[in-house]
Amino acid sequence: MDLRFTEAEIAFRDEVRAFFKTALPEGLRRKMQEGRHPSKEDLVQWTRILNARGWAVPHWAPEWGGTGWSPVQQYIFQDELQQAPAPQMLAFGTSMVGPVIIQFGSEEQKKRFLPRIANLDDWWCQGFSEPGSGSDLASLKTTAKREGDEWVINGQKTWTTLAQHADWIFCLCRTDSTVKKQEGISFILVDMKTPGITVRPIQTIDGGHEVNEVFFDDVRVPYGNLVGQEGKGWDYAKFLLGNERTGIARIGASKERLRRVRELAAVQHDGGEPLIRNRRFMEKLTAVEVELKALEMTQLRVVAAESRRQKGKPDPASSILKIKGSELQQATTELLLEVIGPYGMPYQPETPDGWNEPTIGPEASGSIAPAYFNYRKVSIYGGSNEIQKNIIAKAILGL
Amino acid sequence: MDFDLSEEQRLLQDSVERLIADEYGFEQRKALGRAEHGYSAAMWAKFAELGFLGLPFAEDHGGFGGGPVETMILMEAFGRGLVLEPYLATVVMGGGFIRHGGSEAQKAALIPEIAAGNLTLAFAHTERQSRYDLNAVETTAKRDGDGWVLNGEKGVVLHGDSAGKLFVSARIAGGPRDRGGIGLFLVDGDATGLTRRGYPTQDGLRAAEVSLAGVRVAADAVFGEDALPLIERVVGEAIAALSAEAVGAMAALHALTIDYLKTRKQFGVPIGSFQVLQHRGAEMFIALEQARSMAMLATMMAAADDADERCRAIAGAKIQIGRSARFIGQQAVQLHGGIGMTMEYAAGHYFKRLTMIDLMFGDADHHLERLADAGGLMGD
Repeated sequence: MDLRFTEAEIAFRDEVRAFFKTALPEGLRRKMQEGRHPSKEDLVQWTRILNARGWAVPHWAPEWGGTGWSPVQQYIFQDELQQAPAPQMLAFGTSMVGPVIIQFGSEEQKKRFLPRIANLDDWWCQGFSEPGSGSDLASLKTTAKREGDEWVINGQKTWTTLAQHADWIFCLCRTDSTVKKQEGISFILVDMKTPGITVRPIQTIDGGHEVNEVFFDDVRVPYGNLVGQEGKGWDYAKFLLGNERTGIARIGASKERLRRVRELAAVQHDGGEPLIRNRRFMEKLTAVEVELKALEMTQLRVVAAESRRQKGKPDPASSILKIKGSELQQATTELLLEVIGPYGMPYQPETPDGWNEPTIGPEASGSIAPAYFNYRKVSIYGGSNEIQKNIIAKAILGL
Repeated sequence: MDFDLSEEQRLLQDSVERLIADEYGFEQRKALGRAEHGYSAAMWAKFAELGFLGLPFAEDHGGFGGGPVETMILMEAFGRGLVLEPYLATVVMGGGFIRHGGSEAQKAALIPEIAAGNLTLAFAHTERQSRYDLNAVETTAKRDGDGWVLNGEKGVVLHGDSAGKLFVSARIAGGPRDRGGIGLFLVDGDATGLTRRGYPTQDGLRAAEVSLAGVRVAADAVFGEDALPLIERVVGEAIAALSAEAVGAMAALHALTIDYLKTRKQFGVPIGSFQVLQHRGAEMFIALEQARSMAMLATMMAAADDADERCRAIAGAKIQIGRSARFIGQQAVQLHGGIGMTMEYAAGHYFKRLTMIDLMFGDADHHLERLADAGGLMGD
């Protein structure tokens, strides 16, 4: 047992860190540091910079553009990316539909879609949740009926993140209503330009527009857009969500946010002293740091065990990462709001170029309260934390 | 980065786990605890035979050259068995003072005796006013010819009633809270002027109030005249070891609780079928795994040379262990219901041991305050 990084791993970390230092456009770094949202153009530009280096989809199989890195290297890469801080690759393509296509898709689908995902030529979104199907996802009602060489899709998806930019959506559709609910679901790829699709924005409590409703009204797509076998969509969805859970802890992003907490706390005063000298505040910050350190070690334990696990079988311990990781992301946004104090109050909607007018209060404080509100989502999405506890109780504890 | 045990470490783990499973069941433990010193001399001899007592000492000194990982393996198993024997006091702490602070002559004289099971040790440090501050020492040591004379009162000395020798901290110079001027002395248990009042602790171990009235020790009993850094280092190692013990106890207690949820029936079904209890079990599991992670970190960092980095990691571990242990302990009793409240059932005994571990070498709040004052875990 040696929990330190090896010399080779440290050299790798330095290489990655040096690359991010020079390759990440300065304006984008600043945007990320200030807690603002990268635009579609930002993300496309950054993905292509990474793709040119061969690092846009490091976790994929090497034949499809992956790097063949060890799980520890993959972890280091993500950690450095989040601390750069650089935008995460668009998860819907690289971490969700991409791995599903690699694992279950046809050769033709792989050739057609994977290179375009890696280069962000296609922007993907996820068509899982429905108004009546949240945690009980398998109850979904959107139907896909086969007519000749086509699927005809009717229904509604919701909470569809960044669908306003999307070229494609991967959907769970009911293709058989005569069998057990989990067995009648299929995984179908849909071109967002297909007639019959309507995207309607949902404004969230932070004032932002991330999520949407997507309506399907007699949407006709080729039969060949089915991934894998008919009726196996539920299995593919579980595979996808299991992959999502390990990346969802976002420990590097929480570390980066704590750095910002410290920076701001050094200049924000309380009782005539910088907040960072206030013992009550420091104890709160320290308690979060301890839990984050513990989670980082837990993540590394899961990562180290990953190389011995059967491919495609997520570790049920990844539910811990989801629960704790989301709680700590929320705790860090809460600390930021506490640090900024009264200047958390002004509502300054962000435009794609930042803030049009001079910001009110300390620099970049406009993003702090919205981030706090926005991050309530992280314990809800990706299988709510309550669902994760069900998974731990069943899969690990055998209850 | 490697979380795997080596082949030798796995053998050690097998051997200690087998011993605990075969000879340290809950009922067997009760019998072992009825012996004179609150632990079994025969079990101690078995530890010696299995090489546990010489484990962390260098091979040149008659030990087995084990490191913090080997100690972690033993302590985790001891936590599962709620082991009563003075391993922490003798091998981890006493052994630590000898390894890090002893002269060649002292090592040669003491290590073989410890490894053979002939010598047990205790650390007499805490005083009424000191609480968890390692620098608050008012017991005095005055030079007397070549040797020293010790005067003062020490409290809650773990296994202090039965130890063959006691490491005693005493002030040679400076004010009552100065970091400098603290000496460390090894005193015979039957030295003239030393009296000890032994008593059981809440978790079934033993401790003593120790009084030193003009106790004379020779020059070769000195383990440092400016010994606070040595004491801090060894206490750090003790916290790492206790963290592993706590993880063992938490894991056993969690398993016991989950088992109970599966078998206890009310309203015609196992109570584990109720979601509120399933979620509690899951939350206990998360607390356990977070504690395990920090115990591993403490184990790795206990041997680190950078004192600042070491202290931060150790404090972080003690905070996590304290918090996880309190949650798991309290919830285990709650989920068991009435049976968890009884002396005759194991759950309460794990709860009590975990509670005592929090009170040793600084509780979670003490370390949180200390770490916050030092700028936090990730600060500079």
